[in-house]
Amino acid sequence: MKSMVFASRNSKELLRDPLNLAFMIGFPLVVLFLFSIIGANAPESVFEVGNMAPGVAVFGYSFIALFSGTLISKDRTTSFLMRLFTTPLRASDFIIGYILPLLPMAILQSAICFIASIFLGLKVSINLLLALVVLIPAAALFIGIGLLVGSIFNDKQVGGICGALLTNLSAWLSGAWFDVRLVGGVFETIAYLLPFTHAVDAAKAAISGDYASILPHLLWVVGYAVIILTVAIVIFKKKMNSDKV
Amino acid sequence: MIAIKTIDLVKKYNEKNAVNKLNIAINKGELFSLLGVNGAGKTTTIKMLSCLISPTSGDALLLGDSIVSKPYAVKEKINVSPQETAVAPNLTATENLVLIAEIYGNDKKTAYAKANEMISTFGLAEVAQNRAKILSGGMQRRLSIAMALISNPQILFLDEPTLGLDVLARRELWSAIEKLKGKITIILTTHYMEEAEALSDRIGIMSNGELKAVGTPAELITKASAKNFEDAFVALATDGGIQL
Repeated sequence: MKSMVFASRNSKELLRDPLNLAFMIGFPLVVLFLFSIIGANAPESVFEVGNMAPGVAVFGYSFIALFSGTLISKDRTTSFLMRLFTTPLRASDFIIGYILPLLPMAILQSAICFIASIFLGLKVSINLLLALVVLIPAAALFIGIGLLVGSIFNDKQVGGICGALLTNLSAWLSGAWFDVRLVGGVFETIAYLLPFTHAVDAAKAAISGDYASILPHLLWVVGYAVIILTVAIVIFKKKMNSDKV
Repeated sequence: MIAIKTIDLVKKYNEKNAVNKLNIAINKGELFSLLGVNGAGKTTTIKMLSCLISPTSGDALLLGDSIVSKPYAVKEKINVSPQETAVAPNLTATENLVLIAEIYGNDKKTAYAKANEMISTFGLAEVAQNRAKILSGGMQRRLSIAMALISNPQILFLDEPTLGLDVLARRELWSAIEKLKGKITIILTTHYMEEAEALSDRIGIMSNGELKAVGTPAELITKASAKNFEDAFVALATDGGIQL
């Protein structure tokens, strides 16, 4: 119950910032429409809307990580979190409270991305709902990255790590902007050692109805999500009990 | 009845004693001020007593519960207004108050009733629906203290509550704090001598992590053979100190 109270506060903090809304919803849509224009004049299949939509959805999660990390970091640096640490809230209340509001936001962000893609030619199918479900572990992964980075760094550093590094990593190494197999070699190997391309490929497989290909990719994403969330929770709990919040 | 009792409370940072063997007893309903120069150990003491940091050794009992073995029992009874104005920036003043009330277990209806009571008590009616981030420094400070009181704490920690406020806002806050005297136990840290003198039942003077002297303002002036309280503070904070 107390975690829900804290989660409600965090939802309000995030949704009442117009910049958050603009980036979380607006920016992925801009990228989507931009790619659709490029796709109309390019033979490359990555710009086909069925390939493009999952990539942009995963790319959009980097903003979820950015804003969750910034919220946690600001709570730390403004002493708001220190105040809450003196209340009866427990570690689990904080972790649930920070993670819970972001999951529906991430799903909504992807749903908006898919709806926009329908207007660009994406076939309406039940598989789109499956793709939304398949993307949940990726959303959890990015939320975990936000929690982890926000627990360690100040808000400016979070901006650098999530706003610059993570957005670029998730754009270049996810196949959102181009097919990593076209580059091949070490780049492709690295891309497939990281979770981003797997998240995009799992969602692509879901949309295309290639159900057998979903699980092998999804396992990579789930593995990364579990590891990152576990590390984030351990670090957050450690911060709670440390002398310096 | 004793509300707070510290037993050889120690906090070390890299072998430096931030607080060294603090032994203090504060009565229920008392307003006790901790006074000292920067780095004297006031805030570290408050952080330990409010279960924010663990002591290196020693313990403190708050209304019978140990900060070491029963921190969550302690947290149910206390509240803190930190040195920095710690409010949720995108929530309104009312929502900030409701948030804290609900965290302490009040249902929504009770939380709003208590929030309205605090808004009235602390003169926040005009800004109740404004987001905290656009409030003036004085209003934010009032809100911060109201947030610390909405849980009806038995022990309240006020860490430099008037820091950065203008004279009028400071006097208004003094008036609000004076109304609480006798009802709850208050531990106040401050740099302002006149604030400690005007508000406190007793004052503890800390220096280099140690409690140098404890007593009423008049007792401290007498013992230091000083002309006024500021002179007494300077004498006691720099000399060996006198236990009253």
